[in-house]
Amino acid sequence: MTVADLPPRGDIGAPIQQQVNPSGTDVAGAYYIEYAYRDTHTPNMVAVVLADYRAFDTLGEVIVVFAGAIGCFFILRRRT
Amino acid sequence: MKSQTDSPIIEVAARGLAPVIQLIGIYVFFHGHYGPGGGFQGGVLLAAGVLLLRMAVGFENSQVQVPSRKTLILCSVGALIFAGTGLVALLMGGNFMDYAHLPVPGMEAADIRYYAILFIEIGVTMAVMTALISIYDDLLGT
Repeated sequence: MTVADLPPRGDIGAPIQQQVNPSGTDVAGAYYIEYAYRDTHTPNMVAVVLADYRAFDTLGEVIVVFAGAIGCFFILRRRT
Repeated sequence: MKSQTDSPIIEVAARGLAPVIQLIGIYVFFHGHYGPGGGFQGGVLLAAGVLLLRMAVGFENSQVQVPSRKTLILCSVGALIFAGTGLVALLMGGNFMDYAHLPVPGMEAADIRYYAILFIEIGVTMAVMTALISIYDDLLGT
């Protein structure tokens, strides 16, 4: 079973918690933790990842909200 | 201007509470740089303040705060602020959404990214707030 093979939650030996991947390269999280403040002078690392490093993902979320509003407009709004 | 609700308690309570909710929304939005918070959460709280007025004092009387006709326009503007910031960075020679390439004179790259994060969060807040108000107005059927 795939689910049973997942490491326990919070296991510090799990591959995702390591600084180096099993393939030998650095994981992305290590870079964020080390350089987020130097790159943006923003204390909140989560905000930096959401709005700067992964801004394209956040842009997609905003577009989804906008598409929802547009869809409701065309389906529900009555012409007065 | 006559209120739609019969109860003065509801009207006074809602009119007193809505600015407080919106003030908390603005606080949550600006707190996004330093802790939990940010554009989505702040936008939802700002919309909650307006929707409380929509429900308590009526649709017609709460047009003063946010007019129904303007909601979708402001929503598009919010999304365009976000996408436009990324596009300007692209045109100035960086990657898409690489704020360090934004043309702001006299600032180092890290500070430009600090203010660019704040700027796009303003766009997110506008889009989320007006989208929620727009959906509520649509469901009202007016």
